[in-house]
Amino acid sequence: MNHIDGNALAGQLSDLFAFDLTSAIGRCVTCGTSGMIGAAMVYVASPGTVARCPHCDAVLATIVETDDRIWLSLAGVTAIEVAKQA
Amino acid sequence: MSDALPPAAARTAWRVGTVVEARPETSSARRLVIDVPDWPGNDAGQHLDVRLTAPDGYQAQRSYSIASSGSGTRIELAVDELPHGEVSPFLVEDVMVGDRLELHGPLGGYFVWMPQAVTHDPRPVQLIAGGSGVVPFLAMVRAHADAGDPTPFRLLYAVREPGDVFYRQELTQLAANGLQLDYVYSRTVPHGWPVPAGRITKDALAGFAIPASDRPRVYICGSTGFVELIAGWLIELGHAAGDIRTERFGGQ
Amino acid sequence: MSFITRGFSGRSRERDPRLPPGQTKVDDWPVLSAGPTPKIDTADWQFTVTTETGAQTHWSWDELRALGIEDITTDIHCVTHWSKLEMPWRGVPIDRILSGIPTRAKYVMAHSYGGYTTNVPLDELLNGQAWVAFEADGAPLDPEHGGPARLLVPHLYFWKSAKWVNGLTLMDSNDPGFWEQAGYNLHGDPWKEERYW
Repeated sequence: MNHIDGNALAGQLSDLFAFDLTSAIGRCVTCGTSGMIGAAMVYVASPGTVARCPHCDAVLATIVETDDRIWLSLAGVTAIEVAKQA
Repeated sequence: MSDALPPAAARTAWRVGTVVEARPETSSARRLVIDVPDWPGNDAGQHLDVRLTAPDGYQAQRSYSIASSGSGTRIELAVDELPHGEVSPFLVEDVMVGDRLELHGPLGGYFVWMPQAVTHDPRPVQLIAGGSGVVPFLAMVRAHADAGDPTPFRLLYAVREPGDVFYRQELTQLAANGLQLDYVYSRTVPHGWPVPAGRITKDALAGFAIPASDRPRVYICGSTGFVELIAGWLIELGHAAGDIRTERFGGQ
Repeated sequence: MSFITRGFSGRSRERDPRLPPGQTKVDDWPVLSAGPTPKIDTADWQFTVTTETGAQTHWSWDELRALGIEDITTDIHCVTHWSKLEMPWRGVPIDRILSGIPTRAKYVMAHSYGGYTTNVPLDELLNGQAWVAFEADGAPLDPEHGGPARLLVPHLYFWKSAKWVNGLTLMDSNDPGFWEQAGYNLHGDPWKEERYW
């Protein structure tokens, strides 16, 4: 109930990736469901941002950020698929 | 042909904008027009982050949907003041024309709408807004009208009372030009309204929304509680989860 | 490139000498969640201590509380920069839970319903430094604040006070828990501002 949508990741992640990660497709390591990262359940009111699989609640990604550093884990996603710009 | 925008990621950056217009939108909300000289344009439905810095270095940052889209350096926000907010009270009560603001954007490729000419998707579009959740939909319905897009567009807008409606004039005009628009008032209805005030129900939703059999693409925007309620009902009504995109603000 | 925003001063932030560096005193109690809130019935609740050899001891809700609940008044410090001062709590000291359990381990992993974990040196959970807490501010803990029971280790940043705690596992190495793997400090002393790696 405290979560918002994966498109809330767009701001933090735009510093790290040259493409929009919220449109990327990822497969959950735990339950195997694929979906757009924008559809992940994101918890931002925490010491960091946590994105969870909308099907099984397992953690897909974590982002912890300070002024000068970001720690990103995508350990809960097997791989991500991004469409290249035409 | 509309201007081609560069790829999404190439455009996202921290920018400085100057407030050029600020006027009340509702009793608790304000419309801001901000001039951002290096704005690369944005898609309908995208958002941006506003970052404020206090003299001691303390910073607060919040996301706001952009009510405008396309190319051009003027962007429009409509900010609702949250009672214990950090950023919204400042934007609604303190910000003045001429002030400079730090903005990060445009952000988001998930909750966007693009014309049929781009997507080649002929399916109708159902927009469902709770309160200030209508803001990204203003960008979408305006883009839809500007493009002369043939996609059937329907907007269901739930508010507490008539004074809470954002962009009433614009929506009325768009409704006169083909947008199917329905309001649900939960607390107070306008004079002469045919039904009493009440929270939206699953039956009312079924009555107002494009039916699942038409396979609309659905967008829902509002508080977390509102979005979850509506999304759950839509799935019960037969819409596929993959056809529904949501943007939640948090809160009930 | 940040510049000071004209007219913005942030929430009124009181300064207090009891605050560790980088902390601001708050009077409300913010809810920070890394996942959905577990809803646990005390009838089903169980607390388990597992030693480094795998030996387990279990307590039911009533059994754990029967070890003896005490009143605590303490300050708590969240790594997200807010602190609450002189907050009243009630709980069972970890000393009582671990007394009588032989171990040579130096570290503990706290486990919670919902999968959260956090690591703490064993000697920082003993000698009156930690509790399994059931009440805060004079009322039973709400689920959103970690109820029915959470770990309370107030001398460390509050992410170490695991919400929905259901067990302690004694371990020989200081393995990192959830936030410690994600970028947060293994130890977490607010007075040394041990926030990140």
